[in-house]
This record gives sequence, structure tokens and C-alpha cells, in this order.
Amino acid sequence: MEYFVQQLINGLTLGSIYGLIAIGYTMVYGIIGMINFAHGDIFMIGAFISLAVFLLLTSVLGFAFLPVVLLIVLIVAMLFTSAWGWTVERLAYRPLRGSFRLAPLITAIGMSIVLQNFVQITQGARVKPLPPQIRGGVTVMQGSTEAGTIVVQLSYMQMIIIVTTLVLMTAFTLLIARTSLGRAQRACEQDRKMAALLGVNVDRTISLTFVMGAALAAVAGLMFLLLYGVIDFYIGFLAGVKAFTAAVLGGIGSLPGAMLGGLLIGLIEVFWSGYFTVEYKDVAAFSILAIVLIFLPSGLLGKPEVEKV
Amino acid sequence: MRAAAEPLLSVRGVETYYGNIVALRGVDLEVSRGEIVTMIGANGAGKSTLMMTICGDPKPRSGQILYDGTDITAMPTHEIMQLGIAQSPEGRRIFPRMTVMENLQMGASLVDPNHFEDDLKRVSELFPRLKERLHQRGGTLSGGEQQMLAIARALMGRPKLLLLDEPSLGLAPLIVKQIFETIRELNENEGLTVFLVEQNAFHALKLAHRGYVMVNGNITMSGTGAELLKREEVRAAYLEGGRH
Amino acid sequence: MASSTTGVKVSGKKPAGDQAETPSRGHAPSPAGPGGGSRFQGSLRDAATAAFVAGVLGFFFIGLRTDIAPGGLDIKARWTAWIVSILVVFAGRLALNLFVFKAERPVTLGLAAQLSGVGETLPGLSKWLVRLLLVFALVLPFFLMTVFPSKQRQFIDLAILIMTYIMLGWGLNIVVGLAGLLDLGYVAFYAVGAYSFALLSQYFDFGFWMALPLAGLLAAFWGVILGFPVLRLRGDYLAIVTLAFGEIIRIVLLNWYQFTNGPDGISGIPKPTLFGLEFSRSEDGFAAFFGLEYAPIHRFIYLYYIILALALITNVVTIRLRRLPIGRAWEALREDEIACRSLGINTRNTKLTAFAIGAMFGGFAGSFFATRQGFISPESFSFIESAMILAIVVLGGLGSQIGVVVASVAMIGGIEMLRNLGFLTQIFGSGFDPVQYRMLIFGLAMVLIMVWKPRGLVSTREPTAVLKEKKRIGAEAVAQGEGH
Repeated sequence: MEYFVQQLINGLTLGSIYGLIAIGYTMVYGIIGMINFAHGDIFMIGAFISLAVFLLLTSVLGFAFLPVVLLIVLIVAMLFTSAWGWTVERLAYRPLRGSFRLAPLITAIGMSIVLQNFVQITQGARVKPLPPQIRGGVTVMQGSTEAGTIVVQLSYMQMIIIVTTLVLMTAFTLLIARTSLGRAQRACEQDRKMAALLGVNVDRTISLTFVMGAALAAVAGLMFLLLYGVIDFYIGFLAGVKAFTAAVLGGIGSLPGAMLGGLLIGLIEVFWSGYFTVEYKDVAAFSILAIVLIFLPSGLLGKPEVEKV
Repeated sequence: MRAAAEPLLSVRGVETYYGNIVALRGVDLEVSRGEIVTMIGANGAGKSTLMMTICGDPKPRSGQILYDGTDITAMPTHEIMQLGIAQSPEGRRIFPRMTVMENLQMGASLVDPNHFEDDLKRVSELFPRLKERLHQRGGTLSGGEQQMLAIARALMGRPKLLLLDEPSLGLAPLIVKQIFETIRELNENEGLTVFLVEQNAFHALKLAHRGYVMVNGNITMSGTGAELLKREEVRAAYLEGGRH
Repeated sequence: MASSTTGVKVSGKKPAGDQAETPSRGHAPSPAGPGGGSRFQGSLRDAATAAFVAGVLGFFFIGLRTDIAPGGLDIKARWTAWIVSILVVFAGRLALNLFVFKAERPVTLGLAAQLSGVGETLPGLSKWLVRLLLVFALVLPFFLMTVFPSKQRQFIDLAILIMTYIMLGWGLNIVVGLAGLLDLGYVAFYAVGAYSFALLSQYFDFGFWMALPLAGLLAAFWGVILGFPVLRLRGDYLAIVTLAFGEIIRIVLLNWYQFTNGPDGISGIPKPTLFGLEFSRSEDGFAAFFGLEYAPIHRFIYLYYIILALALITNVVTIRLRRLPIGRAWEALREDEIACRSLGINTRNTKLTAFAIGAMFGGFAGSFFATRQGFISPESFSFIESAMILAIVVLGGLGSQIGVVVASVAMIGGIEMLRNLGFLTQIFGSGFDPVQYRMLIFGLAMVLIMVWKPRGLVSTREPTAVLKEKKRIGAEAVAQGEGH
């Protein structure tokens, strides 16, 4: 039981990170109907920027008060990562708007390769370890077995991740549902031509979608950095594929769906590693994706696809 | 600079292509302030293409479009719409997964939000049916309601020029009559300039001050509504059997 | 850099859609009149914006570098590199603006005219071109041996590599180009083929020729197994599930240590023989049998002809299949799945056949890869391979057989050529290693070619069914049906 609860906490933490990345996929897919394959790498870029800002603040400028440092890191990383997201859209996707569907997918894969290799060249291929910054936590429950006592811990780090994710999720859901920007986004999603006829600047709205997705990916990048303490230029690929899996699982185009899918993928991965084999945790996640798509092609919370006749 | 007689919209020699297929072959027309102008023509004549070309999507390959003295030929669609043009397009294009209210809010995107309540009241009076369905999703409305919503949405933008693309398509005669009556009221009471594209030639020509006939991307005839109604060619091609 | 490059409308034909009519130069409504001075100012402003964006983007990557140092991580500033990168972007963007995007007569215009000229005359020439290419491919090893005797081995090796990708491209073209099924996990079948042969040779002592058909069959079998559950999915979902399957197969190969030897891979995979003759120095080897002096190059030439033959078989089979009902069904399926169903085409079987045949050729290529390398490990079958093969198919022009050849030569050959740029170290200092820029340039090339020519390099092809008169089919027509 204790083991189960601990795994549940770990799964929710990991799932929060996946969920944050998944939102970027789901929003972009919703609005322009393409898999932004480079989004996982935007997450990686976010992690690297976070690391650089963190080191600048702590070891160069000598800031020591962690909450302020982390807040600054978060804001700077969101801003700069957004610039990356914006540029990728501008260079690789916008010129192909209105082109056939495979074209932006290919440039997206190309961009993913470019980003990975750019970071590898400029920052080196070796992993960057960062010692844990936020230590400690609260004991949720305790139990004893023959092997000794098991303590279920909810670390402060995990708390921060889950709470931040919840706050951001709520903020974003409100943004999409209530503001005129969110309405414009949904309008572009449903009928881009009509949105333009109502005076919506479609290009700008799409750019903003990329910027928002990138900002959330930056948050995920910072959390990944703090949680695992190790990043390299390749973390974006697997995280990206899993986050996309999460987006599809939850129903692509749906924000709550992305979050739900993220949590589920996180839980599946953690429980699989906890109870079966660590090596095949990715296989488990991908198999779930395949199974869900086969039996529920529009995902858990997605709108059923209307077949064009 | 602007003379009072200068038309609100003037289209000069506009040619539009889809790829290599020509859709408009040099169209000239004018719409003056306070006028209702209609364009009639068969399916595929290029009427909707003209409507969309005025709004900048697609862009004409040659020719010029002037609106209120401004050359809007090369402007992006959203900037053209900001000048006070609104369109209720072919196929209505209601946002199906938004509520009626949100659809109307989208229509008011470019207008000072302080006007929203007043404008909402005004369109609710014009189309009482919409008021009952404010929180229903656009996709669940009936065809006639969707058409009303499309017009109402366009009106929410407080346009100076209203472009209506086949407002009668697929609607019951009674509703058609009602919608045309609304257009006339808007024109008479508020001086709204209307450019109307129709297949339903009889009603459209009766309503309009002036009309154009389009065949195969060319304008073949023009005149006042009454004149055109009397023309033998028009009667033969667009009216016989078309009278409700 | 910050602005789009749509300004380079190099294609001589008018692309479909409204964009053709728009003089889309970036997005700037360009208040600058026709005056040369204001155009220069506009260009300058635009270049400054691009430089600013580059500065922002590069700040944390070029300007700063984190490194592992004793006692944690260390951060170093590299301001010179950062400033140089900004200046390069500024100068590059300015030059592009002045001479291409905003120029009255872009310098690329001449190039464009030439290229489109090639495109227009291609159908007339194509028959001859194809024959010429074929002859060239047939004599290539001997050509290389006489022209570059000192580098013959390296060049033949490169030719083998390119030919492998051509074959893979043609195999995937059946799935993506003809049937319109977006497969991001094609490498899985390549892996199945390679491992089938490697394992068959390890456990049962199979030779290459014995294992080849089996490897193809196994790959086709896997194609059906993987294809079966996913066929109901639409384009992008299919893509992601095939990607997932590709990864699953790689992970299984990586972790099933007892069977596949895990990350250590399988080595000692036998080389192919010519009717039992080995390419070795031994008495009963190829050289001895024919009374030639033994040379290791013989084996490379032999490998080259094997892959050439395999690739040509793939091509011929594809072309034949396209003329059969099944090929027509594939193309119809790509255009409109619902219409197909209403015409009584069994879409499930049609898709499965495409999947299986594509997979089979992937399997053949995989076996060849195993025998050429003599060693395989899961590392060779990562997603990037799938991406490269798909890139070749799409960059070449969806559905175009000759396009695959052009794209393979350009992309794979170009990338490998970067290895030979050792002289650049003299310019950039000894720390400069062009090889590490390989993938960066590959990715950039993918983006740029796609933006420049969204329909692919060879965007027209001959129709298969002809009524009275042959008309060329644009890739846009091929692509239009995509996505049901």
C-alpha cells in the first residue's frame, strides 16, 4: 500500500511535466492541424536556458535566496524559450501554410534535428548534472513490513511541480475559455478563413499559440531539470514523443485532455517501472497509445472525428 | 479629397484565378453609400469568388479594389475587415463548437467592447430566435437559425458595408422573406450599404436598388432592380420557375 | 532570419492556391516605395530585427556555455562567438534582402529560370535521363576505380550507402507516396530484416542469399502484424503510432539481451557469396576461381551490384504494381478513402498489402545492411533513420521514383561529403570538426528545401493510366488527397 502511494505521487509528478509539454502539442495541433515535432526539443531548449540562468544567478551573480532565484529563472526561461518557439514557427511552418500536409511535418522533423544538433554543438554532448536544489519534504504515511519501515514521502520539489502545474493549467483553461485571445484561437481552430473575415489576425494568433506552448514547455524544462538534475541535448525526443502520446491519449485539441493524458502516461510509466521492468516502461507507454487509438480514436476527452463525406 | 458621389466600394477590372483556372475575368462594379446592390448569377458563375476577393482571400491577379477611397487590393484579409466591411459568407461558416453568444462575440472582435451590450440587444430584436438560443452551440442550430446568426454576427462588427453571400440558400420561403425584410429595414432605417449575392434572383432584384448579372466570371448586364426584372434574358435564365 | 523566406518563389510554375498571386515578401507590407534608398532602409531594418532575434536566441547557447567543472557546473561566457553569430545573421539577412527578397531582379532568378527550364523539359528528357542514369549506375564502380583510384574504396562505399537509401526510399514510397499512409516507423522493418539475417546466421548458419527471402518475408509479416491494428487511423495518428512501433522494436532489441545481445549488437555476420564463392584470399575464393589477383575492392563492387539489383527490383516491382489493380487501388485510397469504400475496394486489404510490400523491401535492405556492416546493434535503427528515409521520399517529391534518387544523392551524398572538408580546419582552427555539423546541416537542408520547394525536388511524374494523351501529374495532385 505504501509503495503504491509513493508510486502514485511519483507518477503524478512525472505526469505533470508530460502534461505541460502535451498542452503545446495539443494547442498547435488544434489550431493548424500539424504535429509540431520540434516541440519536444523546445522543451529541451527550455531546460538548457533554465540551467544557464540558474548558474548565472547563483554562481556568477551570487544570489542565494532560492525562491526568488527560481522565480527569475522561470520567467526568463519562459521568455527566451518563447522566442525560440516563435522563431521555429516563423521560419519552418509559416512559409508552408496552405501547403500540403506532409510538408510542415518534414520541416518540423528537420527543425527537431537542427535544435538537437545546435545545442549539442554549442553546449557539448555530455550530460549536465545539477545537484538537487530543493531538498526535504513531508511524510505522507508510514508503514512497516518485514523488510523494515517504508516511508511515503511527498517532497517539496514534487509539491512545487504539481501545484505549479495546477495553477498554470487553470490559468490556461480560463485564458482559452474566457478571453478574446482564447476565443480568437478557438475560432482559428474551427474555421481559419472565417476568423480572418471577422478581423482576426490569423498569423499572429498562430504565432501566439506557439509562444504559449513554448512558454509551458519551458516550465516543464525547468521542472525536469530540478527533478532529475540531469539534462542533455537528447531529452527532448523521448519526452516529446511521450507528451504527444499524452495529447493523443487525452484527445487532441483538448486542454484538459492533454493534462489527463499526461498524468496517465506518467502513472503508467512509473507503475510499470515500479511493478514490472524499468527497461520496458516506454514500451508500456507506447502500447497504451496504440491500444487507445485503436479503440478510441478520438482520445479520452476528444471530440469524435466527423468523417468527411 | 473625396467627392460625395464617390462609391463606397469600387471593383475595377478584377481577375482572380484558382491556380490556373480563371474565376473572375475582369469584373467592374460599384456600390454607393446607402445602396443595396445585388449580383445574380448561376452556380459557379464566380459570385462567391468575387465576395471573397473583395475581402482579400484570394487576392486578384490583376485589377484594383477601392473601399472608401483606400486601395485594399493587396491588404491582408483581417486588415480589410478592420475598415468596416463585414461578410456573411457562403455556407454561413458558423463556428460550430462555439455558443451563439461566442459567435456574436467573435463578430464584435473589432468593435469597442462597450458597445457590445447595445449591439447584442439590437441583433436580438432583429432575430428574436437567436436570443432564445444564446448559450446553445452554433453547430446545433437549424439552417435558418445559422443564417440568422451569420448575418447577426456580421452586424455585430458595426459594418459600413455588409456583404451577404446567398442568405436565402437552403431556407424555407417564409424565412427568406423575413431575412430580406430585415435587410431592407437595416438599409432604410440605418443607411447600411449592402452588397448581396443571390441565386434567388426574383427576391434579390426586388429588394435591390441596382443589380448586376454575372455569367462565367464576367458581368453581362447591369441596371436597376426593376429594369433587370423586366429584361427578357434575365427572366428566361433566372426567373422562370424560380419564382416562389 | 526572422522573416519567412517565401519571397523566394523560384518555381517557374505557378503553385496552386492563392499564394501564387500574392507578392509575398516576408510579411512586410513594405511602406517603402519603389525608391532604392527606402528599400535599402527597409532591408536594413529587417536585417537588424533578424540580428536582434538571433542575439536573443543565441544568448544562452552561443553566448554562454555550461560545462562540468570540479565541484559542479561552471558557466563561461563566449561573447566573441555570440557577437560574430549576430553579425553573420545581420550580414546574411541583409544580403538576402538586397539581392533576393526585395531586389528588383533577384540574383536567384537566373537560377530559377534554369531550374524551371529543366523541370519543363524533363518529361521529354526523362526517358533518356533515366536510361542514362541506369547506365551510369551500372558502370559506376569501374568509373570510380579509373577516375579516383586512390579513393575508390571510399567512393564505392558511399555509392553503396546512397543506393541503400534509394532502395529504402523506394520501399517507403509504396507506403507513403502511393498508398498515402504516413509511416514514421519504417526503420522497424529495416531492423527486422537486419536482425532476421543476423540471427539466422548466428543460430542456423544461414548465408546471405538463403536468409534474404526469409528476412523479407519476416519483415512483411511484421508489416501486417503492425499494420493490422492501426489501419483505421487517420494520417497523423497513424504517423505517431508507427513511430511508437518503431521505438518499441528498438527498445525490445535493446533489452532482450539473451536473444539479440542487447546494446552490444551482433557481430561476425557473414559476407555474401557469389554462387558459393567467397570474396577472400583463400584458394577457393572469388579471385582465385577467376584467376584474378585478390583485391579487397572486389567485395565492395560485388556489394554495390547486389544493392543496385535489389534497388532496381524494388523500382520495377513498384512500377509494375502501379499498373495493376492493386496499385490503382493504392492511389485511389490516397486520394479518397471513403470514395474507395463506396466503390467496393477492400480498403483494409489494400492498405495491408501496401504496408507488407513496403516492409518487405525494408527487410531486404536491412539484410543487406547487416551483411555489408558485418555488425549490427539497435543503435543503427533509431528514429532518425526513419526520419531520413521519409525526408528523402518527401523532399524528392511524393510518389516520384526519380525524386527519391535525386534526394538520396543530394542528402546522403552531401552529408558524407562533409567528412571530406578537413581543409576547413585550416580556416577555423584545429578545433573545428565539420563532421559534428553534419546533422545540423542535414536538418537545415530539410527545412530549407521544403520551404523552397514544398512539392519536393521532382514534383511531376508520369501518370500510370493514360487516356489518349499523357498529362503530367503535379505533386500537388498527389498530395491533395492526403489526409483523409
